[in-house]
Amino acid sequence: MSSEDRGSTMTDTLTHLQRLEAESIHILREAVAESERPVMLYSIGKDSSVMLHLARKAFYPALPPFPLLHVDTTWKFKQMYEFRDKMAAELGIELLVHQNPECLELGINPFSHGSATHTDMWKTQGLKQALDKWRFDLAFGGARRDEEKSRAKERVFSLRSAQHRWDPKQQRPELWRTYNVRRNPGETMRVFPLSNWTELDVWQYIYLEGIPIVSLYFGAPRPVVERDGALIMVDDERFPLFDGEEPQLRSVRFRTLGCYPLSGAVESTADTLTAVIQEMLLTTTSERQGRVIDHDSAGSMEKKKQEGYF
Amino acid sequence: MTVPSGLIAEDIESYLDIHQHKSLLRFITCGSVDDGKSTLIGRLLYESHLVFEDHLEALEADSKTGTQGGELDFALLVDGLAAEREQGITIDVAYRFFSTEKRKFIVADTPGHEQYTRNMVTGASTAEAAVILIDARRGVLTQTRRHSFLVSLLGIRRIVVAVNKLDLVGYSREVFEEIEAEYRDFAARIGLTDIVCIPMSALRGDNITEPSPNTPWYHGPTLLGHLETVPVGQHAKDGPFRMPVQWVNRPGHDFRGFSGVVVGGRVRPGDRVRVVPSGQQSTVTRVVTMDDDLDEAVAEQSVTLTLADEIDISRGDVLCAADSPAGSADQFEAHVVWMAEHEMLPGRPYLLKLGTRTVPASLSRPKYRIDVNTLEHTAATTLALNEIGVCNLNLDRPIAFDPYAENRDMGGFVLIDRLTNATVGAGMLHFALRRSQNVHWQAMDVDKAAHVELKGHRPCVVWFTGLSGAGKSSIANLVEKRLHALGVHTTLLDGDNVRHGLNKDLGFTEADRVENIRRVGEVSRLMVNAGLVVLVSFISPFRSERRMARDMVGEGEFCEVFVDTPLDVAERRDVKGLYGKARRGELANFTGIDSPYEVPEDPEIHIDTTATSPEEAAQQVVVRLRELGVIT
Repeated sequence: MSSEDRGSTMTDTLTHLQRLEAESIHILREAVAESERPVMLYSIGKDSSVMLHLARKAFYPALPPFPLLHVDTTWKFKQMYEFRDKMAAELGIELLVHQNPECLELGINPFSHGSATHTDMWKTQGLKQALDKWRFDLAFGGARRDEEKSRAKERVFSLRSAQHRWDPKQQRPELWRTYNVRRNPGETMRVFPLSNWTELDVWQYIYLEGIPIVSLYFGAPRPVVERDGALIMVDDERFPLFDGEEPQLRSVRFRTLGCYPLSGAVESTADTLTAVIQEMLLTTTSERQGRVIDHDSAGSMEKKKQEGYF
Repeated sequence: MTVPSGLIAEDIESYLDIHQHKSLLRFITCGSVDDGKSTLIGRLLYESHLVFEDHLEALEADSKTGTQGGELDFALLVDGLAAEREQGITIDVAYRFFSTEKRKFIVADTPGHEQYTRNMVTGASTAEAAVILIDARRGVLTQTRRHSFLVSLLGIRRIVVAVNKLDLVGYSREVFEEIEAEYRDFAARIGLTDIVCIPMSALRGDNITEPSPNTPWYHGPTLLGHLETVPVGQHAKDGPFRMPVQWVNRPGHDFRGFSGVVVGGRVRPGDRVRVVPSGQQSTVTRVVTMDDDLDEAVAEQSVTLTLADEIDISRGDVLCAADSPAGSADQFEAHVVWMAEHEMLPGRPYLLKLGTRTVPASLSRPKYRIDVNTLEHTAATTLALNEIGVCNLNLDRPIAFDPYAENRDMGGFVLIDRLTNATVGAGMLHFALRRSQNVHWQAMDVDKAAHVELKGHRPCVVWFTGLSGAGKSSIANLVEKRLHALGVHTTLLDGDNVRHGLNKDLGFTEADRVENIRRVGEVSRLMVNAGLVVLVSFISPFRSERRMARDMVGEGEFCEVFVDTPLDVAERRDVKGLYGKARRGELANFTGIDSPYEVPEDPEIHIDTTATSPEEAAQQVVVRLRELGVIT
């Protein structure tokens, strides 16, 4: 936080954001100190942006001692790719991009193969391939406990087997801020520095710190079609329009970002950060509603996690 | 209303300003589903508007078939655990978040079923306050005591007792006050004194956010009102500066910083710091953050410090206030909570991680195990899953530490299995053992020699051992009179008397007897250091503990007196009527009857009471003390 905002460090009580920031920095440093080849999963979303910002703080004046990894699906929004490359170049941090070669070959996409197969093959399998390819033993992810009921009990340091599986029985109790980061050969760690942040905390921190985020989070006229009650943006010519279907220009924004055919937009003219936060606070539906992935099956998150999903 | 939703719509920037200055309180809720814990947490989420419409619709649908007869069943917001259990997913601690105008809260919610101790200890480790739920219809139960003990063990001092379901007892003031009195009485015995009791109904919303009209006789705070004002982080901030080094930041030759979380006190440029365990000193030059250098960092902040001198510091070292550094030792006494299916193996090397330091460590056999339900100490040879005991720890090198009671970060540790790398236990350090190196040992200017000179005789422990009713106290009493007449400075520690005070928490199990003697040994040692002749009259049935007491003092300062009375003789005398009781089975663990007495092998003085009168015995002791050079 800027020194002006830090005025309260002279007083006795730190604000909740200062404490969350300090906790995340501690987690980042602890993970790096006890791993050989750490990497940060970079999804280009707002949580990733905050996590990257915290990583820069944790190791300042040095650069974060790990690369960023984007497990790509080739189906992200164009603006996300532009933003990703710009950020990596500006910060001087190495960016690795992995696209599952099998998916490239088979042309896996959400339209012909469904969201479940698409997500599993590009993201879950792709992530495993990437971790194996570069032999990473620890990966940071931007997941938060408040995102979903089943995440409420997720560890900050989550152990995965050599096959990248999450075994609920092998998860370790986490006391104080004393994390057990030790692993056997082949085992890896997924680490979630934002575990204790809420959606509002993330937004407030972006606001206070002036953290750059993709402009898709702000309301603007965009070409959308309505599918199963969700507003889907037609971001390129790969989008299969139905006969007579015409993308409409509507003022929309996104609460969460992923593959554009799987990201539901909300109608909004909120084009400033404060307006977005205002809408977020006044909204009456939960954040993940826009994520098509969660609707596939109840308890789907647990199943995906056991299979190696983040 | 806990969130000014009007303000959000009218003036978002003012709202954000308020939100920005909120503090953070982490607390734990203790109780079972039956106490209405899930309902309470659900209610807190609901009251702080964290329940979205899609959730609420599902809630309304579920509530129609739920247990609350059509009213909103808040428990459904946080439960959903049954399904997870079916899937074989371990449920241990769930963390939930809500906030009010003043504070953000992180709630550690631990299900009250299996694995209870392990889960509660985990949840309590990061909490600064605890909300203990009591069902007004059932009052203070065994589980209430268990929860309270675990909370106090983990160092939580601020307790909120939520006397819930008061609607089901007609909002009775008498019921509430009875429960409050009983709880306070119990809590005081385990050292909990900062207690607020609140009469409430989580289901009906009484005294959660607004004072309830149903309890006009209650004038204390509401639950949220209280949680909003509990002081946070004060304990760590008031202590001396501590920062375990996490990471040495060295981007180039011109910068070398030490990164970590300040876990105690505060630090400013210019402060003198000492590195523990190495003992080297330097001065802080900068408190570095990405935003700007700080004038001061306080507890809970993550910073990077630079120092004036090039000294050797690595991960695991602790930077401390130079004038008030942490201790450094390799042997400790600690509470240990066992968290693995496989029992603890005394003597086996585990890894101990405390702060940022990981070292090999082995544990002694437990001195005793604590029954979390009755708080009784019992003898134990190991600790199984979810058991708690007191053990000695032996590390293979010294580490920096403070007692857990003074600083959680400096005294809390986890134990890791070296083969599986699983976290198998956790613990709280009490103190370093005497034989351990303590570089900050306070040297006394008035030492033992000075005491001897002033008193005119040497100090000594005269240890009377023998069966109950053997005549130890009578003889010791006569010895003290004679020594007193000779101008010798004495004191008499009598088993029965000490058990009324210092050791009144101990029973007669093997483990308690061991602890009984250990404490008396320590007290004797202190008195010997003060130059006294200490007469100790204790049954002290075990050789190993008499040996321990002997080892606590110097060579020639221990005189063991075996008051030898055969069992049948002592039983026939039965001055206190105890043998009769023991024979009738009214007294368990009675030495000589159902608990062994190990006869001394080589006492300094052996008194056969069947052939010697108490006066003759006392004379024998005084003569021997003269021979040993204690008195002249």
